[in-house]
Amino acid sequence: MGLSAFKRALWVFHVATGSCNGCDIEIVAALTPRYDVERFGIRLVGTPRHADVLLVTGPVTRPMAERLKRVYEQTPDPKAVVVVGGCGSTSGVFYESYNVVGPVDRIIPVDVYVPGCPPRPEAIIDGVVKAVAKLEKLGAKA
Amino acid sequence: MSARNPKDNDPVLPAVEERVVERELVGAEAALGETFAVPIGPIHPALKEPIRLTFRVRGERIVGVDIRTGFAHRGIEFMGMRQGRNLIQILYLAERICGICSVSHPIAFTQAVERAAGIEVPPRAQYIRVIISELERIHSHLLWAGVAAHELGFDTLLHLTWRVREKVLDVLEELSGNRIDYAIPIFGGVRRDIAPEQYPKVWEAIRYYRGLLEQLLDAFLRDPTVEARTRGVGVLEPKEAEELCAVGPTARASGLRKDVRQDRPYLAYPDFQVRAITPEDYGLTPVGDVYDKIVVRLLEVEQSLNIIEQALENMPEGEITSFPKIPALLAYLKKAEGEGLGWHEAPRGEVIHYVRLAAGEESLLVWKVKAPTYSNLLSWYPMFEDQEIADIPIIAASIDPCICCMDRVYLVRGGKEEVWPKEKLLKLSWEKTRRMQR
Repeated sequence: MGLSAFKRALWVFHVATGSCNGCDIEIVAALTPRYDVERFGIRLVGTPRHADVLLVTGPVTRPMAERLKRVYEQTPDPKAVVVVGGCGSTSGVFYESYNVVGPVDRIIPVDVYVPGCPPRPEAIIDGVVKAVAKLEKLGAKA
Repeated sequence: MSARNPKDNDPVLPAVEERVVERELVGAEAALGETFAVPIGPIHPALKEPIRLTFRVRGERIVGVDIRTGFAHRGIEFMGMRQGRNLIQILYLAERICGICSVSHPIAFTQAVERAAGIEVPPRAQYIRVIISELERIHSHLLWAGVAAHELGFDTLLHLTWRVREKVLDVLEELSGNRIDYAIPIFGGVRRDIAPEQYPKVWEAIRYYRGLLEQLLDAFLRDPTVEARTRGVGVLEPKEAEELCAVGPTARASGLRKDVRQDRPYLAYPDFQVRAITPEDYGLTPVGDVYDKIVVRLLEVEQSLNIIEQALENMPEGEITSFPKIPALLAYLKKAEGEGLGWHEAPRGEVIHYVRLAAGEESLLVWKVKAPTYSNLLSWYPMFEDQEIADIPIIAASIDPCICCMDRVYLVRGGKEEVWPKEKLLKLSWEKTRRMQR
């Protein structure tokens, strides 16, 4: 589906679970004029309670695991979870660390993985669009 | 009364750990009475790593701050010292310490290993390292300027600076193949040369930023709104900066001429005669407030442009690495023994790597990293002292900590609880801007 098929504005909450800031600045880059996803109604919100999509970055450190679960529970249904970056998808280079309990799908259910270290803004937008497809399928069922 | 522990009603925090520190009220504080704890974090909405700040406030005024870090600890040094990775794999790890200074850490790390193993770096490789790290400084300072504008409620300026920032990312992508995590330095040199056909693209970017510089200075420094919101806010006195060992632009904004590129030149930096920039270079007396930090960072963009220009003009010819074959490099490093220190002036300040190599070992025996934000974190204490709650975002961002805005705040007052999410804080900040515009 194309971006023009959006039925509603999509609000995104970004959780950094010990990421290196690489993915995080690419997410912000996706919001700013070169990529400008706000024209499709995708915008970053400040609380998970307003969000449709969770963007999770980072390999999930031990203190953040419990908080990530809380954030997931606070996000109202229907929701989609997009993992941005290699370390959130597979633990990546941090796989043998004592303080990493990830990858993210060990903590919360994940719908879309965006690989890359860090992924380009285009890839992040593509991941969010795939999450929209899932949300709309859920909406059609209800 | 004293603050209650808000954890029971905090939806973001788990019911474990986290306790707002109770303390006795003494002296003037006891006489004035009530203070409240305002915990912030560790999950924040925008571009930052998790950190927890607990502010103690009296009314609108901050009387103290308690910083808790460690949420983003990944044990990178442990993984480097663990047997099973060779040094090139550890270099990959060093690159992922920070995604914004993703060439600063590898430069410091490769220097440390090169000193320990006695490897020479060809001059051309040194120049390429300098060019990439100065390009990174431009991207990082523009990123910071945009975030600072956002914290002030000036989103137009955020979008403007992030739009012009894309140009330097294009150049970095052209030179290294990646927008972030450039993977340029390797032990004994660099991985990619700058080809003759790539020079015009770098020159074009330099001309682009030269033309924009005046506009950027105008938008940030001669804007009455920005000046009203940042003058006299979050002041770090020169004496405090010196005592707390602040580094990078945080120290330079307080008037300390402190720059590793000037004090202990390394790589090709002696050729460029780098001089630390303070607000004096803009004709101002250094105060150490947020405004001065903007001045220093914007002037450093110009300084980086000068360095890149000189480097491109005087680029020596020759090899780009002293070990063209990776297996030969690994075999040499395995035999090497000794200890080494590497340093670099990252966009946020001085970064230091210490390594010790043992003969016959593929990985490191000891690896210690000191990142610039670690040194700058303490300067938050005097900067937050007696400031308003509405100024928390910009003061926190002013040291450029990889931590910039905030999620939600709980204010517990006389048994009545209210949630202060990030929006409310930002709204406070924006309202203050509007008040001052009138």
